[in-house]
Amino acid sequence: MLELIPYIDRPNPTTGVTNGKLGTWLFLASEVMLFGALFSTLIILRTSSANWPSAAEVLNIPLATLNTVVLITSSVTMVMAWAALKLKNFKKFQINMALTILLSFGFLVIKYIEYTAKFHHGYFPSTHTFFAIYFTMTGLHGIHVIGGIVVNLYLLLPGSKMWHSRPEQFTGRIECAGLYWHFVDLVWIFLFPMLYLLP
Amino acid sequence: MSGEMSVEEIKKSIKIYFTVFTALMILTIVTVGVSYLHLPVGTAIAVALFVASIKATLVALFFMHLNHEKKIIYASLALTAIFFVFLLATTIMI
Repeated sequence: MLELIPYIDRPNPTTGVTNGKLGTWLFLASEVMLFGALFSTLIILRTSSANWPSAAEVLNIPLATLNTVVLITSSVTMVMAWAALKLKNFKKFQINMALTILLSFGFLVIKYIEYTAKFHHGYFPSTHTFFAIYFTMTGLHGIHVIGGIVVNLYLLLPGSKMWHSRPEQFTGRIECAGLYWHFVDLVWIFLFPMLYLLP
Repeated sequence: MSGEMSVEEIKKSIKIYFTVFTALMILTIVTVGVSYLHLPVGTAIAVALFVASIKATLVALFFMHLNHEKKIIYASLALTAIFFVFLLATTIMI
């Protein structure tokens, strides 16, 4: 049978990895530069501002700490979902994937509570450059979380049929979705101290 | 992880994932705790970035399997790292 997209279920002999995995890593490389530009913006705004507000006074550190725990835990369940498939345990995959999605929603709910509190206090992106970059960075990160939920929901529900017909390709998809999800976690690991914890 | 992994290797990896999880939780507590010490700005930034870098390294090495990956992935990331460092270096020099 003619392969429309070759090397999606086995490594490409030229690169040693599946085309899907190389594609995912190249996409993540572009994401590094996207968020890099915003971190760069944060540094410039911060160093050039004469009255940078104290994050501890205007942001909710306990809630953001809780969100860090939620997101790191979701990374663990995501990698466990992949490991379950490697052990041919589809049921365990479903449980871990469902947990990952649940935790992702938990992250968004906590973020929603935070945003609502900011608006309630009259803090908008136009209030100060601090809030402009805070909403831009956490907002873009939140959009990435939503994107991850959409992909993971697809892979848990309709997309998981592939496990029964092409298990290798399906495991590869979970690995790639995992790479993306761990990257979203990784961005938050830097966002959290830089926005919330620095004096 | 590319290539075939035995059941034993996967089970060993799962144990490592939970060790990494514990380490990430401890480092999260450390970084939040340090922020309440009210260190001088320079020290605070250095400590926060140092702890975040350790956490990011753990996630990349173990969850993203970069401790065992093919050369082409490392090459792509090395190129990305060069651009990223250049971007931040020019930012700081402004």
